Amino acid sequence: MRRVMWILLSNPLSVIGLLLVGTVIFSAVFADFIAPFPSHRGAVVDFSNFNQPPHWPNIFGTDLVGRDLFSRILFAYRISLMLGVVVLAIAVPIGVTVGLAAGYLGGWVEFALMRLTDVFLSIPPLVLAMSVMGLLEPTLTNGMLAVTTMWWPWYARLVYNITRSESQEGYVLAAEIIGASRLHIMFREILPNCVPSIVTKMTLDLGFVILIASSLSFLGLGVQAPTPDLGSMVAEGGNYLPDSWWLTVFPSLAILIAVFGFNLLGDALRQILGGDT
Amino acid sequence: MHLPHFLRVTRIIMSPVVQLLVKRLSISIIVLIGVSMLIFTIARIIPGDPARIALGPNATAEQVANLRDKLHLDEPIYIQYAKFVSDFAHGDLGISLYTNRPVTTDIAQFLPATLELVFVAGIFMIGFGIPLGILSARYRGRVADNIIRVVSLLGVSAPSFVWAVILMLLFAFFLPLFPIAGQISDTLPVPPRITGFLLIDSLLAGDFKVFASAAHHIVLPAFALALSGIGQAARLTRANMVETYDKPYIEMAQSYGFPEKRIANRYAFRPSLIPSLTIIGLDFAAMLGNAFLVEAVYAWPGLSRYGVQVILRKDLNAIVGTVLVISATFLVVNIIVDLLIAFINPRIRYAGRS
Repeated sequence: MRRVMWILLSNPLSVIGLLLVGTVIFSAVFADFIAPFPSHRGAVVDFSNFNQPPHWPNIFGTDLVGRDLFSRILFAYRISLMLGVVVLAIAVPIGVTVGLAAGYLGGWVEFALMRLTDVFLSIPPLVLAMSVMGLLEPTLTNGMLAVTTMWWPWYARLVYNITRSESQEGYVLAAEIIGASRLHIMFREILPNCVPSIVTKMTLDLGFVILIASSLSFLGLGVQAPTPDLGSMVAEGGNYLPDSWWLTVFPSLAILIAVFGFNLLGDALRQILGGDT
Repeated sequence: MHLPHFLRVTRIIMSPVVQLLVKRLSISIIVLIGVSMLIFTIARIIPGDPARIALGPNATAEQVANLRDKLHLDEPIYIQYAKFVSDFAHGDLGISLYTNRPVTTDIAQFLPATLELVFVAGIFMIGFGIPLGILSARYRGRVADNIIRVVSLLGVSAPSFVWAVILMLLFAFFLPLFPIAGQISDTLPVPPRITGFLLIDSLLAGDFKVFASAAHHIVLPAFALALSGIGQAARLTRANMVETYDKPYIEMAQSYGFPEKRIANRYAFRPSLIPSLTIIGLDFAAMLGNAFLVEAVYAWPGLSRYGVQVILRKDLNAIVGTVLVISATFLVVNIIVDLLIAFINPRIRYAGRS
């Protein structure tokens, strides 16, 4: 662990990644204290101060009903991150179990599970999430569900590939000879060898979940008003280009910075832990 | 050389590339059946009555009952699915409740514009992504490499709509180099619809003015769509080439004094082409989805607006049809990519030809 930290800190790009991710997490957690106008996360209206370009104290300007954009972006980070954590918490165990079972058990289990995975992988992710989201009511919970349905197959594919090659290793054979159960071999012997790759992919994916969730809400199929959301902010501001540029530019940059941070960090972890994704 | 005719035919039939095609096609058909079942089930298990939602709260109970009957909603789901499959076999995807036209007509109208955008984006992705990756690997560890790496990571790090908005702001508003929206200037006549692809139709009609306008309009949206793919392709090409650079045959070429450029473009790049092509196939899927985002920003008359509208209106037939057609397109592109790989990979091409 100390070695990992040392390598991370010795590379300028991963330091930037750590800083960006740290800032995003910090501002999401402490949004109540950092935001100059914490009440603006909800349905507040201040028409005396609407659609203003950046100025003090609204450093990112104000939106069409006079809410402080900077405060809303901080609270939007909180929701995006929460969504990312929940999605991965559900999708990763499902995907890992499917991948382990298909890779180790083989035979018809492998055929059925991997074809099922192929089915999910062959619908463009955004289209699948859109369909689920559109058919259900667009709420935060359903948003998580929609994104989860498209996320687990990638972990299934990843773990499946590793399991296939690990199954040929001596330690698996040894465990089989001493009569270990299949469950034991899958979860106690093979799984630990998949962990580095899984951790790397999860870091990268936290960024990508934010990206997909904002895409959904950009299309009007995500988190609904008045909850602040980066994607819907961009969609709303897009109608007022180029005059009210701050309405789109700052939320866009907010997405870019968060995802970029997670990508830099994930890349660094991939180099250190050697996970292939 | 002078094999009997039937032996030559069996050779072609049994050639590895044909075997691969057959295997790929059969797996794709299984997958497509799976996709249809999946999306069909999702569409049918939603809470609420789709007929009621489609007709709105003012419809009478009789109208709702009629529509339910028309959509076979009162029958068990496997019978509904069987009816859907038999209709689908006749090229019928049902009537869209949103446009009141056959779903196939709607898709035939909107899909070409989306495909045109995705294909041009694909050309950008290959044309920029792979050369950037080669440059990055050739100058690995140096300034050029670091710049390309950061830029391609930035490309991957934002959804297409963010790039669409940023590019529009920079190159349509700030520097008015490109048009803001649409597929063609309003003042120009639309060429007769032959393929549905405006770039091709205008050429077929011999109207170069329309072609120029269409080409001018497609640059920004296609580039916005391609940016994350460019980043992906560059990163992957670089990663594979850096690995190849450690191989002894590269060292040998270097010690013979071969020009660095030739080593990069020929010996180090060739083995990385195959993984790059694979990722391009996968990115194509992502672009078919992301086209929805870019089309929304640039008011592109593709499948996007239709797709979002039918999803918001819970238009069952249209949703199932749209998802199926997009998935089928994706599968076809992946088969083409696989065949291309089989064709350029000597290990597959020459297999069994000893």
